[in-house]
Amino acid sequence: MKNTLKMILALVVVVATSAFTTVGTGYDIGDIATDFKLENIDGKMVSMADYKDAKGFIVIFTCNTCPYAVAYEDRVEALNKKYADKGYPVIAIMPNNTDVKPGDNMEAMKARAKAKGFTFPYLMDKGQKIYPQYGATKTPHVYVLEKTKKGPQVKYIGAIDDNYQDASAVTKTYVEDAVDALLDGKAVPETKTRAIGCSIKV
Amino acid sequence: MKYAVLIISLVLFCFKSEIKETKTSQAFVTELSSEDLKVLNFNELESYLSKKDANKTYVVNFWATWCAPCVKELPYFEQLNANYSGKNVEVILVSLDFPKQIETKLKPFLKTKGLKSEVLVLNDVDSNTWIPKVNKDWSGAIPATLIYNKNKKAFYERSFDYKELETELQQFIK
Repeated sequence: MKNTLKMILALVVVVATSAFTTVGTGYDIGDIATDFKLENIDGKMVSMADYKDAKGFIVIFTCNTCPYAVAYEDRVEALNKKYADKGYPVIAIMPNNTDVKPGDNMEAMKARAKAKGFTFPYLMDKGQKIYPQYGATKTPHVYVLEKTKKGPQVKYIGAIDDNYQDASAVTKTYVEDAVDALLDGKAVPETKTRAIGCSIKV
Repeated sequence: MKYAVLIISLVLFCFKSEIKETKTSQAFVTELSSEDLKVLNFNELESYLSKKDANKTYVVNFWATWCAPCVKELPYFEQLNANYSGKNVEVILVSLDFPKQIETKLKPFLKTKGLKSEVLVLNDVDSNTWIPKVNKDWSGAIPATLIYNKNKKAFYERSFDYKELETELQQFIK
């Protein structure tokens, strides 16, 4: 009886603390990011652990329905083209509740990826378990991770660049600068940036 | 050299805003009737985020026509404006609609909804610079709301219903 009580108490503590760590906090620079196993648009499950040769990842929480995310689609594709072969592939994760945003459901994700010719995985955060751990609040929201012995370490959080309206008028390519620095073994010049985005639909 | 550039741009900026001010007073009447929207960069918007009217409380909501939860809560802000405008409360709706959609989307939207609160458009791509100036903790997700008066300031990165909004406002006008 005592043991059961203890177990229940321990369980309560675990649940309570995990609730605290997932609500509104998320990762900071230097934290080790959790791996995931999420369904891709081709029906296969994708994890970071599948990428044996990667040096790191450009994890982007994005979706079909947010105009800011749409404005960045081509630039996300360009990031993957530029960095996948260098060891930093893009992994896109769609975090929205598809009951609230049917335009972001798996069928719609497949259609969008096909229309735009995405060469990166576009995963569904089914059950919305992953984005709160990362602390993503909006789409698009980028996390650049570097593989370390401890696991994928967060090196950059924020925006893709400093001009969502016009790719040709960008003056700061935050994500590229971060990945270039990591590839050179240097410190990321700007580790956190902010941009307007669509709140993740719960 | 850097300072010289800074000083010159500052002087130019002051000069420019002075011209604008004199123009505004002349254009005031026509502006109202033609339903023109004020499109501002962040420097121009900043005065709305710390107005000095000692007796007033300002409720500034960041929204866009494409943001579903924002559109959903707009009526509550309108309701708040209607119920509290006689009590020294002013609601300001700052739209983050894309400039190219002002004519095609935002203006038709405003016309259909007939919003009574003041609507401004913020057009400033360098969000990494201006978001922390609104609030240091804002991640950039909308809807987001700022409530302030001379004594107090609070920022909310969340959605509201009317009751929640009114409860927050009450803490400012007690």
